[in-house]
Amino acid sequence: MPESILEVEDVHTYIGQHHILQGVSLRIRPDAVTVLLGRNGAGKTTTMRTVMGVLHPQRGAVRFGGREIHRLRPFEIARLGIGYVPEGQGIFATLTVEENLRVATLAEGAETRERLRRIVELFPDLDRFRRSRAGTLSGGQKQMLSIARAFINPTRLLLIDEPSKGLAPIIVEHLTEALRAMKQHATVVLVEQNFAMASQIADDFYLIDDGRTVHTGAMAALAADAALKKKYLGI
Amino acid sequence: MSRRAPLVVALIAFLLPLLWIEPRTYLTLTVAGLAMGMLIFLVAAGLTLIFGLMDVLNFAHGALFSWGAYAGFTAAVLLNGRWGWAAAPSVTANVALLAGALLAAALVAIALGIALERAIVRPVYGQHLFQILITLGATIVLEELIRIVWGPNDQVMPVPLTFQGSWDVADVVVLRFPVVAIVLGAVVYAGMMLALNRTRIGLIVRAGVENNEMVQVLGHNIYRYFTGVFAAGSALAGMGGLMWAIFSQSVRPAMGGEQLIFAFVVVIIGGLGSVTGSLVGALLVGLSYNYVAFLVPKAAIGVTMALMVLILLFRPTGLYGTPR
Repeated sequence: MPESILEVEDVHTYIGQHHILQGVSLRIRPDAVTVLLGRNGAGKTTTMRTVMGVLHPQRGAVRFGGREIHRLRPFEIARLGIGYVPEGQGIFATLTVEENLRVATLAEGAETRERLRRIVELFPDLDRFRRSRAGTLSGGQKQMLSIARAFINPTRLLLIDEPSKGLAPIIVEHLTEALRAMKQHATVVLVEQNFAMASQIADDFYLIDDGRTVHTGAMAALAADAALKKKYLGI
Repeated sequence: MSRRAPLVVALIAFLLPLLWIEPRTYLTLTVAGLAMGMLIFLVAAGLTLIFGLMDVLNFAHGALFSWGAYAGFTAAVLLNGRWGWAAAPSVTANVALLAGALLAAALVAIALGIALERAIVRPVYGQHLFQILITLGATIVLEELIRIVWGPNDQVMPVPLTFQGSWDVADVVVLRFPVVAIVLGAVVYAGMMLALNRTRIGLIVRAGVENNEMVQVLGHNIYRYFTGVFAAGSALAGMGGLMWAIFSQSVRPAMGGEQLIFAFVVVIIGGLGSVTGSLVGALLVGLSYNYVAFLVPKAAIGVTMALMVLILLFRPTGLYGTPR
């Protein structure tokens, strides 16, 4: 098995008094797309937020590129090269599209300009609406902006929480294409409820249930396993 | 309701008293109201940014106002005692005294603000009840320290000669110092808008006011910005304290607490985190207070609260606030 870029080892996370993650473990292969699947409330978003340092685990470890990161603060984790697209996009609605991208840019330079060029190629709408307030964009455009913002710095790992939520099928198709293109440049970890989309782009999967990882493997194997899908995903 | 609606409301509130007040008196009251509004704005602008960006209810802001007033008072007394800059019939000397006192007020307030943020506010981020308790506690300690250092009684603030008295403009009495306060408030507002809209730090602060967690996951050390905003807000409170001391020609230990009520009302009227909202809110409060104090003196404070209730009924997020 190739060395993993991200390792989550028996992580336990609380939100207030609630014991949400009760032993989540992941080993994310570099240059692959991994999807976290599970029912609502299973702990997928909490896993993402724990990796990003927004929540701190009470037990277990998170390693990125072999380095322990679970005691770092979110901005320190982001600076290691982890981009995060939260559920609900987290865009700054009163700022323009251009300003949203500028807030995310950590260093000016030729590399950033090249990344911006690639982003605009993937999402031409962002260039068209660059002077518009981000709050006036459609749901799909907001999602594109949120992904672009996470990808504008040299990103080795991209965490995306429910990118297709609430979007029209045609927009989901466009996003799927964009994520395929991003796979060439970064490892991608997705939380996704849309199984059709997930099976199109993911190489690996993790099933999370009641705050624990219960299954992992190749996405193609899961797509073929009707019993497992029914048991944990209800499909 | 459109973005221009607040300005229409402000304009109506501004002109309505002409129905009952004779025009020359109205103009004198308007200058006094604008000056009072600008002084409240100095306090409220810092408070709204601290509230908006850091989600911190800083009840110690009033104590920083008082400390700024006393630091400026001490600087003014020293400068006047050494070189006679307050009593000198020289605009340069008088302005130098005001500038020196403002600098002292801002520096002392910044030092205290940073100490407060690091020592007592940082451990209670996100916990409003603890914030209220601990900053109220800090207010009591800071006010008592003023009583120990400067004594419990009111003291007379030296007012530079140039800023005493009034001008007679077409039979309208225009007090001099309120005009200085209006100019200073306008300069501070312009400076803040430039800093917020034309600099990278300002851009990150505006983003942080909207969603500070997202700013962190984009790689910015939000705590550094918290300290910076707290320091800037404290400086404004300190400067506001000194200006209020010159306006009222006195300093007293509890003066900050009295102004803090107005500042909180203004922040709520303007919308949390909005500097422009604070300016419009402060001018509304300053003007309505002065007009009503002239017409029905006993209702002056009540009208401020009534204004807040009325605005919140139609715009629950305040004039320029956005839902959070």
